[in-house]
Amino acid sequence: MTRPLLLTGGRVIDPSRDFDQTTDVLVQDGKVAAIGAGLGSPDGADVRDVRGRVVAPGLVDVHVHLREPGNEDVETIASGTRAAAAGGFTAVCAMPNTDPVTDNQAAVGFIVRQSVRAGLARVYPIGAISVGQKGEQLSEFGEMVGAGAVAVSDDGKPVVSSHMMRTALEYARSFGIPVADHCEEPNLSAGGVMHEGLVATRLGLKGIPAAAEEIMVGRDLLLAGLTGGHIHLCHMSTRGSVELIRRAKEQGIRVTAEVTPHHLTLTDHACEGYDTHAKMNPPLREAADVAALRAALKQGVIDCIASDHAPHAYDAKEAAFDDAPFGIVGLETAFAVAYTELVAAGVLTLAELIARMSTAPAAVLRLPGGSLKPGAAADVVVLDLTTRWTVDPTTFFSKSRNTPFAGRTLTGRAALTLVGGSIVHEAVAATS
Amino acid sequence: MTAALGKDLVGLEHLSPDQIRLILDTAEPFKEVSERPIKKVPALRGKTIVNLFFEASTRTRISFEFAEKRLSADTVNVAASGSAVQKGETLVDTAKNLEAMRIDMVVIRHPSSGAALFLGNRIRSNVVNAGDGTHEHPTQALLDLLTIRDRHGKIAGLKVCLVGDIQHSRVARSNIWGLLKLGAEVGVCGPDTLMPRGIEELGVCRFRRIEEAIEWADVLNVLRLQLERMEKGFIPSLREYYRVFGVTLERLDRAPRELTIMHPGPMNRGVEIDSRVADGAHSVILAQVTNGVAVRMAVLYLLAGGRPELADAAKGPAGGTAE
Repeated sequence: MTRPLLLTGGRVIDPSRDFDQTTDVLVQDGKVAAIGAGLGSPDGADVRDVRGRVVAPGLVDVHVHLREPGNEDVETIASGTRAAAAGGFTAVCAMPNTDPVTDNQAAVGFIVRQSVRAGLARVYPIGAISVGQKGEQLSEFGEMVGAGAVAVSDDGKPVVSSHMMRTALEYARSFGIPVADHCEEPNLSAGGVMHEGLVATRLGLKGIPAAAEEIMVGRDLLLAGLTGGHIHLCHMSTRGSVELIRRAKEQGIRVTAEVTPHHLTLTDHACEGYDTHAKMNPPLREAADVAALRAALKQGVIDCIASDHAPHAYDAKEAAFDDAPFGIVGLETAFAVAYTELVAAGVLTLAELIARMSTAPAAVLRLPGGSLKPGAAADVVVLDLTTRWTVDPTTFFSKSRNTPFAGRTLTGRAALTLVGGSIVHEAVAATS
Repeated sequence: MTAALGKDLVGLEHLSPDQIRLILDTAEPFKEVSERPIKKVPALRGKTIVNLFFEASTRTRISFEFAEKRLSADTVNVAASGSAVQKGETLVDTAKNLEAMRIDMVVIRHPSSGAALFLGNRIRSNVVNAGDGTHEHPTQALLDLLTIRDRHGKIAGLKVCLVGDIQHSRVARSNIWGLLKLGAEVGVCGPDTLMPRGIEELGVCRFRRIEEAIEWADVLNVLRLQLERMEKGFIPSLREYYRVFGVTLERLDRAPRELTIMHPGPMNRGVEIDSRVADGAHSVILAQVTNGVAVRMAVLYLLAGGRPELADAAKGPAGGTAE
């Protein structure tokens, strides 16, 4: 049994209970045992003075690509969860576009076992909607949920058939899981590599219009309304999508949505110079989209932040823009980017940011976590909000380095990450 | 070795008006070299140039090759088909291998936008963009500018309209930058399906009808319409395209002034341009081709570090190698 741990003098923020006080937290037997001032330390307890730091529920990321099985050169479940721990995440949801595709109970069970073996962060697999993500035949949702899947998605590939999406939403209701969709109308986006706009025109790159996302957002919302199923919309990128979601929520449609740190902070101008680290799908949009996404996150129209951590080999991105793969890593920069750009800039309060990165994503997928209430599993992050650090991808725990934030100076990081009361990450002494 | 143009010529977007004028002025003395019985000057003697063509090209590749040979450079042609590229070698590996052979310059054509910049950022040799995807084709625009200047004696104040598939045209983008920088008014004309998003924000006038463009312009630069555009559904048929957007003699006859007609080639007669126009008195299409060699000689010479004021001397038999 791990030693009891007493975190003393930190600012404890638990959005699940609107709790925000400077006090102590006792972690014992893998659980949050007590919160309050002057807690005595049990025999043999590890006492940590966390004055000046923030103690919060461990961050939860509902959208990561861990690449195992199939592409272990760029990430494994062990390296990806190590990166998660370093980023303050105690739980991540693994997308099923592995090789082979995670579309059956054995594949789901493998991911769970690998994550338990690594022991760094909880991994909740997301199963494929369709066998092989081919959009033809439904996967066995029931068995996958039995093996630990928490949602279904064909992420990376849009569900083209509206009939398939309808049946997925209906069938998923039996198991109480959401259907997560990568919204992209493939006929409109075909060949596109960045946002369709002036920058793409100047660079001579084929654009992906905002409508390619919004058409599918609209369709999915209509189908969620038709079926009563829960649709979760992945990585929203346009102001038009925000308006569609807002209206659907007003109508009581069961929809949740996520946005990435990069879509909240970067625009298509990041593609200038053909920087392949700014190539992702959906693409970085325009300033007006960023503003709308920020407002939507603040208002809860968009529920949570998800990293869409997408590792790629260094040399895959070392290519002409057209030829480079979509996607960037994000687990180790997500909190700092969001804190620096949203909280320090006054868009969100700290408590709101923590909610959007822990309590809200846990609620979206009905996961444990996102709370520090006594008795809850001690998935906890201690945040250092004073240290400024410069993003150096060579120091990442992830096996991949593909980030557009390299060289950026950010504020905020995980000083200590606990999963089930065990320390899974401890930052080295603050850099000078 | 500081050249007046920098290390590479990737496009015209980031060149200054003075740099563009410098290239055009440097091309002037090189025109005469091609008119001699012995078409060779020693300006790039001892320099090694690789023509790296990942996309089929006849005119541009031959034009560059003549320019190189007339400057006495040693040249090697690499085509994508049959080379390591077709065997799956990446662009960066190709670049590193070329670098390892200690070459001086690479002329690159590539189907991906940004490929020339990518290469230029990774090798020490000078890189000349001979067309990258739908981004830029700077030497084509430079020869167009030179041809306009020859014909009209100026560029500033002229109204030049690009006609056709602007969306997929690197020639259009390079022309827009070059013409705007030298003070021309620029128009674009074509169906909306072939017009890139936000084009007006670059400072060009947009025409949806060819008749309006002809009424407005002093110069029409008629772009090639690729058959693929019809196959991909951007236009219903080549026949209708000609009916609606074709530059015909009848349409030109109604113009308020005499227009100069340009085409970067290869032409689709009876699709974007009437044969009678292409072969007629308005046409400077073959002059463009002739100027292409001189402009490319100027670009290669300047990138190699040649001093513009010595271009005249460099072309003489006694001229030394560019420093």
